[in-house]
Amino acid sequence: MFPKGTKRKFSDSGEEPVSAGDQVPPAAPSVAARTLTSSYSLQRQSLLDMSLIKLQLCHMLVEPNLCRSVLIANTVRQIQEEMTQDGTWQIMTQALAAAQCPADRLVATEVLCRQTDAAAQAGQSPKPFSVVGLEEGYHAEEVVMEGDVETEVTMSTLSPVSPQLSSASYLAGPFGMGPCWEEEEDDGECEEDEEEDSEECVSEGEEADRDHLSADSRTGEQVFGTFEIKHPAPPPDPALEELFSDVDPSYYDLDTVLTGMQSAPKMGPYDLLESLSSHGPTTLSSSSSCRSDLNELDHIMEIIVGS
Amino acid sequence: STGVAGGNDFQWCFSQVKGAIDEDVAEADIISTVEFNYSGELLATGDKGGRVVIFQHEQESKNRPHLRGEYNVYSTFQSHEPEFDYLKSLEIEEKINKIRWLPQQNAAHFLLSTNDKTIKLWKISERDKRAEGYNLKDEDGRLRDPFRITSLRVPVLMPMDLMVEASPRRIFANAHTYHINSISVNSDHETYLSADDLRINLWHLEITDRSFIFEEPEDPSSRSFFSEIISSISDVKFSHSGRYMMTRDYLSVKVWDLNMENRPVETYQVHEYLRSKLCSLYENDCIFDKFECCWNGSDSAIMTGSYNNFFRMFDRNTRRDITLEASRESSKPRATLKPRKVSTGGKRKKDEISVDSLDFNKKILHTAWHPKDNVIAVAATNNLYIFQDKIN
Repeated sequence: MFPKGTKRKFSDSGEEPVSAGDQVPPAAPSVAARTLTSSYSLQRQSLLDMSLIKLQLCHMLVEPNLCRSVLIANTVRQIQEEMTQDGTWQIMTQALAAAQCPADRLVATEVLCRQTDAAAQAGQSPKPFSVVGLEEGYHAEEVVMEGDVETEVTMSTLSPVSPQLSSASYLAGPFGMGPCWEEEEDDGECEEDEEEDSEECVSEGEEADRDHLSADSRTGEQVFGTFEIKHPAPPPDPALEELFSDVDPSYYDLDTVLTGMQSAPKMGPYDLLESLSSHGPTTLSSSSSCRSDLNELDHIMEIIVGS
Repeated sequence: STGVAGGNDFQWCFSQVKGAIDEDVAEADIISTVEFNYSGELLATGDKGGRVVIFQHEQESKNRPHLRGEYNVYSTFQSHEPEFDYLKSLEIEEKINKIRWLPQQNAAHFLLSTNDKTIKLWKISERDKRAEGYNLKDEDGRLRDPFRITSLRVPVLMPMDLMVEASPRRIFANAHTYHINSISVNSDHETYLSADDLRINLWHLEITDRSFIFEEPEDPSSRSFFSEIISSISDVKFSHSGRYMMTRDYLSVKVWDLNMENRPVETYQVHEYLRSKLCSLYENDCIFDKFECCWNGSDSAIMTGSYNNFFRMFDRNTRRDITLEASRESSKPRATLKPRKVSTGGKRKKDEISVDSLDFNKKILHTAWHPKDNVIAVAATNNLYIFQDKIN
């Protein structure tokens, strides 16, 4: 729990004390990342996560609409391009790389083998944030999306799985607790009903802190609603495109990586991107496993980061 | 109040509603397409269960000429069945994506209906007579022993209760890799197009050597991650005059002059208040909803659907617009529809509805306007609403 009245900056993540020795602070954020507003980058990350989940064909019984799939894939590409430009892509992949070395930590078997809510609901397209562990003890916030103005964003900065945490795909931030970030504006209004999930990361009885989460998410919604791309899209780099086409999105989904997909996937999202670019009808008969080849992925990431 | 389409003192009023009243909507009953035929006498609907229901307009009764006739069920048939693609291990939905009538050439009616993969040509014909007194078979159809026949007679045509039969005449299958989203009958009445997201198939192709691309340059200042999605066109309709074309994207309707392809001549905002909600609408997939649009018979007005069972009409001449609602509450016979309004500012006036209270599950995707009269058909999930102008 945070001491009363403390407000934390997302960008200060590397400087915060870690709890109980089960967190590895990510690499110090680059200067470019620091200049982005925290709510913008969190919103963008959540949009990316949402999009990748939407592309997972293994959860669908009926062949999805091509137009929709293409539009979602294009959205993913746009986000990747922008994140690469401002350096946050590299940070994320470095954090992932750090998370993939569990040699020095043991993970409970039941955590590894637990089915996610999303995978368990066959035939339903999963709510994106049910994949993000909603079990007790997990301190991330739930995104409330029902035409609601209040939108809370999950923290997607990654830290290694700890035995105490549930089988969450996206783990608590480097503070060890739920996301708390610097308040951008304080409208002074607060709807307490939506603060339930964020209790853990807000000091008890502190109205101001509860307010700031609500206010920040509103701002985030406004920012996101009138979204502007911060940098103009660079001309597509064929080498980069080809590298990205092999990236398995389950790389960010640690649950997927550690447990394997529950149902045989018909096609991974990045296979879709690849097949779209080759202008042929998708060959769904060649099923690809959603398990990532970590060594190959590490190699790819090294190339990207190095370039 | 002055409505849209028809000049001064124009008001829309309720005429009929078809479909079950239960709160619990069966998935199969959800209406997926609505189409008047060329004369407006027939109104066809297709649903998610693969059925086609055709309504016929009854003549006005001589006793009550102030009432327009009603639409009543004329024919119901199962057009498509669910299939399973074993190669891809995926289901093929039986949902009817589009119905298009062919112009009538004889007593029978022809229509094209399509699901995601297969287009069928249906013949709908009436039978009100049958032959009786066959020589070679009994009344109950059993064949007679020819050696037993001692005299011949001419079969007589006897009247019978009207039967409307639908029979499939052609089936066009395996022609599309992706989902068929539209079909369009050519003016020569012999060829038609079918389109999926990537390709258009021409059936009895006639090569044309000119093509036009209608595209509005993007406004760079309003670019966002959702720009491409919301500019994606969900419906295209030619005007009856053939001079204009209308496109529907997620937030607006645009009218294009076919002689000018660099920008639309008119743009109408359908529900601009959703622009700040695009993230939520992306999350719940509503941003991918494909709304249709339609012209009235004289091309002076256009109509399209929105959420919360609202639909919008725009008068191209007066530039007035109106928002109406298809709901059971306003379904009293000949009850005038009250204009609705969504409040976008901070203060919500009485009778206005705030953006956050809109029901995004109640979406009006399919609407149709009678080709000659001021009669409209609006599909609200599993209910078909028919509205007409108030005849004074």
